[in-house]
Amino acid sequence: MEWKKIDQHLLSRRTLLAASGGLISGVILKTAANAMTVFSPTDPTKTIGRGSSAIGKRAPVEQLTRYVNRPTPSGESMCPIQDLVGIITPSDIHFERHHGGIPTIEPETYELLIHGMVERPMKFTLADLKRFPQRSRICFIECSGNGYSGYYKQGITEELSPQRLDGLLSTSEWTGMMLSTLFREVGVKPGAKWFLAEGSDAAVMTRSIPIEKAWDDAMIVFGQNGEAIRPEQGYPARLLLPGWEGNSQVKWIRRLELSDKPFMTREETSKYSDPLPDCTARLFSFVMDAKSIITFPSFPYVLPEKGWWEIQGFAWSGRGKIIRVEVSTDGGRNWYRAELQEPVLSKCQTRFRIPWNWNGRKSILMSRAIDETGYIQPSYAQLEKVRGKGTSYHFNHIRAWKVEQDGRVLLGLNEMA
Amino acid sequence: MKGYQLLSISLVRKITITSATVIFLASCIEKDRKSVMGSLPDDSTYYQNPADSMVSFPKDWPESFGYGRTVLAEEISAWDIDVMPDGTGLPAGSGTVSEGSIIYKHKCTACHGVTGIEGPFDKLVGREPRNNFPFGKDYKYSSMRTIGNYWPYATTLFDYIRRAMPQNEPGSLTADEVYALSAYLLHLNEIVPSDAVMDLKTLPAIEMPARDRFVMDNRRGGREIR
Ligand code: HEC
Repeated sequence: MEWKKIDQHLLSRRTLLAASGGLISGVILKTAANAMTVFSPTDPTKTIGRGSSAIGKRAPVEQLTRYVNRPTPSGESMCPIQDLVGIITPSDIHFERHHGGIPTIEPETYELLIHGMVERPMKFTLADLKRFPQRSRICFIECSGNGYSGYYKQGITEELSPQRLDGLLSTSEWTGMMLSTLFREVGVKPGAKWFLAEGSDAAVMTRSIPIEKAWDDAMIVFGQNGEAIRPEQGYPARLLLPGWEGNSQVKWIRRLELSDKPFMTREETSKYSDPLPDCTARLFSFVMDAKSIITFPSFPYVLPEKGWWEIQGFAWSGRGKIIRVEVSTDGGRNWYRAELQEPVLSKCQTRFRIPWNWNGRKSILMSRAIDETGYIQPSYAQLEKVRGKGTSYHFNHIRAWKVEQDGRVLLGLNEMA
Repeated sequence: MKGYQLLSISLVRKITITSATVIFLASCIEKDRKSVMGSLPDDSTYYQNPADSMVSFPKDWPESFGYGRTVLAEEISAWDIDVMPDGTGLPAGSGTVSEGSIIYKHKCTACHGVTGIEGPFDKLVGREPRNNFPFGKDYKYSSMRTIGNYWPYATTLFDYIRRAMPQNEPGSLTADEVYALSAYLLHLNEIVPSDAVMDLKTLPAIEMPARDRFVMDNRRGGREIR
């Protein structure tokens, strides 16, 4: 039977046993147990199938899970970016970073307060917010601490997946309203230059945001990928600041206070500031510089044989569109232009791909993103030179993967140079 | 965004501040309106049913939608708990170092340690490395950053403790308790003497050791790696 042939083929590849799962380039990388379930010996055309149901489920072997780094109220979980296809992150595996746990908020009693330097301090219910002209946009959210372990190379091994390295990254279609619409409704007073965004979680998260962002593209969103925003992402409403660091896009938003000065909260001084080698620390470094990562092949995938493989990955920039991604298979000596998968959206994860004929020898894979402002994703050395060995956020240097002769793929910790 | 920034910058440079602000706001509103509306096709592109010709499609969103409600001052003050570096937002009340030490012992040691450095959570005390702010230079300093050597403003301490600490009972402390805890932590960090009293006048007057180390985002966009 056909299924048996494939199954034995899989089992005969010892290397495949190390792979975590996922279907890439038509090659099935499965553990033995998974392979048994996928290729059930029962002929599905001879058994009547399951009927329709109110809610769908993932195929049993296609489970996607976050990696829970710290399960504490001030903790995080990371998105399995190497297992995704396309650019949208399924909402239930969107990365998490909370500072006071996930609050329970009743939509009926929810209100957003806008006050400070405004003509009319006002409160808006969720129903009010939904009544304003709606907008949707697809964009990424990334924690500015993403990639921390790969920058410091401390306490990690080369057996690190994209999820564990850079999984504080997700992309959704967000739906809500332009913040400028609300600001126009309350009437911003002359001289207002900042606004405080405050959440209604137990951390009562607060960040000061320059008012220009409100006139540009900031939104208050209540929808995520076609439904209400998930509790982990800020239900019933959050601030969306496309292209800016995740922490500033305050979840469970309850209050906006306009002011002529920043508030200097703990999250924008003690944390989320960038100490630099010139003995200063940078405040309000909101924008996420261009970055990319190859997600296939990467750890824990194993290439079972030489020949044609499609290198794939994500590129994104907080400054706009990705215009070009280059890939190297020889540790950065030669670079080739990858194909960008449409849609290529501003401030959004963009998928790139390039065919690769692997000769079976040790190879070092790298990618670098270039955005529409001309910014080229820097090497590790370039970034470390300007940011120093002790900086805390915004680690957008080039990532490297080592493909060993036996097909194993490892994070190139020393190759990132 | 770029065009808009350029416009506002050149305006601010050329015209006096007041009129610049007016034009600045006007340009914001103009831009805002566009972003609210998207681009509505003009009437000629609509299919015209003669029977409908009397009904005109609204061309523009109104100046105000009229949803939402105005709020009472009490509703604002119930939520408005932030404190700014100049002391704006600080409540009445006061607290001493010795009062703070007692509250700290009962409510904070479990998570921050007996002397504020043992953890398991954030270290709250430390002045080393002194006077050269080398944090960006080496990874080994990253676990040393704390109130005494890194925080630029003392008011942030009041704001943060009041809103988020103790983590198992956030928002439970009185203004006096928060002043006392601020006094105690500032004292442990060798910033105020043991007889210090913190209130809405004394707290914002404190100059933190790291205050002048902070710069606004100085990345300038474009190709530069910074
Ligand atoms: C149940 C554990 C717990 C208790 C009790 C607790 N804290 Fe905390 N504290 C934390 C955690 C966790 C953080 C870090 C939170 C984060 O980063 O999201 C923190 C952070 C802080 C910070 C910020 C440190 C920095 O450098 O940014 C201060 C200040 C602080 N706590 C003060 C206090 C005080 C004062 C008390 C006693 C009233 C207290 N905490 C009680 C867990 C606790």
